Amino acid sequence: MRLFLLIYIFSLLGVLFSIQNKSMDQSIEDGSIIYGDFCIQCHGPLGKGLTENIPPLDQSDFLLNIDKSISIIKYGAQGTIIVNNKEYIGNSMISQGLDDEEISDVLNYIKNNWSNSDKSQITTKDVDYIKKPI
Amino acid sequence: MNTYFYTILLFFSFSHATFGQEENPPKISSENETNYKVDVIIDGINIPWGMDFISKDDILVTEKSGILYRYVNGKKIIITGTPKAYSRGQGGLLDVALHPDYIDNNLIYLTISSQEGEGSGGNTALYIAKLLDTKIIDLRLLYKAFPNTKKGQHWGSRIVFDNSGHLFFSIGDRGNRDVNPQNIELDGGKIYRLNLDGSIPNDNPFKTERGSKSAVYSYGHRNPQGLFIHPETGVLWEHEHGPRGGDEINLPKKGKNYGWPVITYGINYIGTTITDQTKASGMEQPLYYWKPSIAPSGMTFLTSDIYPKWKGSLFVGSLVFEYLERLVIKENKVVFREKILDGIGRVRNVKQGPDGYLYLGVEGKGIIKISPK
Repeated sequence: MRLFLLIYIFSLLGVLFSIQNKSMDQSIEDGSIIYGDFCIQCHGPLGKGLTENIPPLDQSDFLLNIDKSISIIKYGAQGTIIVNNKEYIGNSMISQGLDDEEISDVLNYIKNNWSNSDKSQITTKDVDYIKKPI
Repeated sequence: MNTYFYTILLFFSFSHATFGQEENPPKISSENETNYKVDVIIDGINIPWGMDFISKDDILVTEKSGILYRYVNGKKIIITGTPKAYSRGQGGLLDVALHPDYIDNNLIYLTISSQEGEGSGGNTALYIAKLLDTKIIDLRLLYKAFPNTKKGQHWGSRIVFDNSGHLFFSIGDRGNRDVNPQNIELDGGKIYRLNLDGSIPNDNPFKTERGSKSAVYSYGHRNPQGLFIHPETGVLWEHEHGPRGGDEINLPKKGKNYGWPVITYGINYIGTTITDQTKASGMEQPLYYWKPSIAPSGMTFLTSDIYPKWKGSLFVGSLVFEYLERLVIKENKVVFREKILDGIGRVRNVKQGPDGYLYLGVEGKGIIKISPK
């Protein structure tokens, strides 16, 4: 019985541990599904944006500020934003209702696709840390 | 693997960008002159999804994030007691419509993305409630689509009424195109018809078929966000977001199949084909398809004489190109298309008010009124 309990507790810890430490590859893969569901309609399959009013994600300097990138996905854009020295009216970028894990996944995907490459992994902790729009 | 996938994707995208986007005629024209002006009459509503008019000075507006506003005497008031919106992806608080006998019974209808019922995620729901000043009471769920899903796309939804006691509303395919739209035993990708109290009309097309969704009126739709009953003919008009190059106008008939995703004029966002079929027996052709896609939302038929030359035109909001499209229809054919208010912003909704003026819901702006100069 005691042994059973020990195994149970260890496996529970194991599950928790694996959730906390989702591999980057897995996160990017999960993020690609989120991208196809929630982002592609406007930002396009190549991350180039769609019209004058939708900024690119590929080679976007906005992504260099991770906290702001998290905020804009979590809470939507507040007013005007600047991407690669161009102004965009941010009103159409609204919160998509994604949870912290989905936000970290889609950001990891965006940061590592097209010609973007940034291997530092965004975690759910990073997303949770942003408690209000910035 | 990723590099390989994106090389293919790049190839498809470029090839279609070059060869795939020839405009379906008639080619859209720009206005020669503008003899009207626009005024923002209700501001501070980021996504004004639906609206209806108690009078020209008393307007209900939904904000997608889940707020129902009443704009009266120049003031915007939040209505309390509304159902909770599941604000995910394209979902949220969608359309609002007054009961045809609103003056006597104060009833209103709402369509909303709802987490009601089993399963995580949500699906589109239709509610009825009584509006008392600035609150709603007696909220009652009339229809809830299932299953709930965490997909963000294609909730619909618009609400309209015919002249014989029916309510029509739409639900999109909920991001599950290969399963929902062609199966009348499942919700999604359908136009629904109910009696005004929410019961199923006796002559609904699939009412007697075992296992089928008895509220379904027509099926094979992708994401309908424009509906109206033609004020002169009484015919139901619908438009729906297609995939790239496949937005459609349809005149949905009882029990008919509008083909999605078996037939379509569009292609996937990533440039790959969905099907090479644009026609099939047993499936209806659209009255018109937009290529390139304009991302249509909201639609109305203008009956008023207020604007020179516009009477009898069809007006459709374009989300992606950020204009109002005016279409002239002759014998069920689109013969002329024109951009109105080019660059105004994402036009989410368009309606003719009780005063005969055109009112638009524009994202980031609010409700806009067009008046002749």
